[in-house]
Amino acid sequence: MTFYPYVIVVWLFVIGLYGIVSSRNLIHLTICLSIIQSSTYVLLLSIGYQKGAGAPVLLHVPPGTPAVDPVVQALVLTDIVVEVTVTALLLALAIQAHKRFGTLDPDELRVLRG
Amino acid sequence: MLFMQGLILTMVAGAGAAVVFTRDPLKQALAISLYGILLSLLFFLLQAPDVSLSQIVVGAVALPLMILLAIVKVRKDAEERRRKEATERGR
Amino acid sequence: MRRSARLPVFFVAAGGFAALFLAGLRGLPPFQQYRGPYGYVLNAISVPQRGITDVVSAVNFDFRGFDTLGEEYILFTSVIGVVALLRRLAGETRPAQEQTAPGRPEVETSDATRVFTLTLVGMVTLFGLYIVSHGQISPGGGFQGGTILATSPLMVYLAGDFESFRRIASTRLVEPAEALGAAGYAFIGLAAMALGFAFLYNFIPQVGPGTVISGGTVALIDATVGLEVAAGFVLLLTTFLEEFLSGRGSR
Repeated sequence: MTFYPYVIVVWLFVIGLYGIVSSRNLIHLTICLSIIQSSTYVLLLSIGYQKGAGAPVLLHVPPGTPAVDPVVQALVLTDIVVEVTVTALLLALAIQAHKRFGTLDPDELRVLRG
Repeated sequence: MLFMQGLILTMVAGAGAAVVFTRDPLKQALAISLYGILLSLLFFLLQAPDVSLSQIVVGAVALPLMILLAIVKVRKDAEERRRKEATERGR
Repeated sequence: MRRSARLPVFFVAAGGFAALFLAGLRGLPPFQQYRGPYGYVLNAISVPQRGITDVVSAVNFDFRGFDTLGEEYILFTSVIGVVALLRRLAGETRPAQEQTAPGRPEVETSDATRVFTLTLVGMVTLFGLYIVSHGQISPGGGFQGGTILATSPLMVYLAGDFESFRRIASTRLVEPAEALGAAGYAFIGLAAMALGFAFLYNFIPQVGPGTVISGGTVALIDATVGLEVAAGFVLLLTTFLEEFLSGRGSR
């Protein structure tokens, strides 16, 4: 159990990578990229977790109660919002690719160039 | 608590595989929404309420919304292209 | 490389990569045993020194505020990228205009949808403002609250009320709001420099923890970040939805 979250992280990363490599649709490819990004969030949050500790919100809590690491949570929080904006940018690129080439298949895009 | 975390981690791994193996983007939008909710539950069990709040709003609302809008735009564009080709062929 | 040749190569490479990744992760401390000093230090000093009870917001906007500035600008730049990619270039044809009789609603949405979504608009806006303003007390902050605020024009759109949506989310309102939010963060940092401190130093004298004005500059930065994130998401939505809006009636 002490190593299980890291196994899940590697699994999510590799399965997302498989989705990107074997994708036949640019929109499906963008969603698999967001799976890879979410694996990094799981990794960061599992590093900061401490057994028996509470959330790092110290409202009405006596000083000295153990709490998990807030730094990794701050990193993941802004990262999640930035992820969806970057995904929107990639989707806009996919829409433009369809407008120019008429297809969303990454393999076909290479053939139709030029 | 440990058992719950292990269970949710396994479900997250299964949901991630389900998202990748769903090939149609329209069905994948719903799959990523479910994946986002499971992920937010995992973050909550890892004592991160801020991150869980962010993930629910973004992963279950904003991300599937963008995907659906992109799919509809692509379909409209394909329809227009087909209509243009049909008029050119008819000429 | 053809697809049938690509997949076996990928499986071999992925196997090697996964093995190396797992071997690398073995060097981390085991799960549930946290070792690093920063977590303990920040949890101990956040309430007495800054008066902020939500330590994650304190790290985001006070102790590590400079990195959050950069991440907010990533968001800003991506929104600019989407608007630039999807704008209507000169010479492109507009989609065919659908004719509707004047006075009737353009899309027939059911009464249940209209009542439900229009009731939710007020509540969602209030909830979003609550999350933005209480970022330094309880879980919340500019990023989460801004995303919640951005869904309330979406509710108006879902109710089928395109005229109101076009008026609320017009680019003449939303673009200056987003620019104001992004610039406001930098100006707060520069104001600290003008008073003789370092960039983004928390120069407002702290009040006790648990009130809406407790964090000093954190409360102000929360407001600007919430404005910027909300305006950015609404701009993204209107850019994606522009085809449908311009095809129904005049702009």
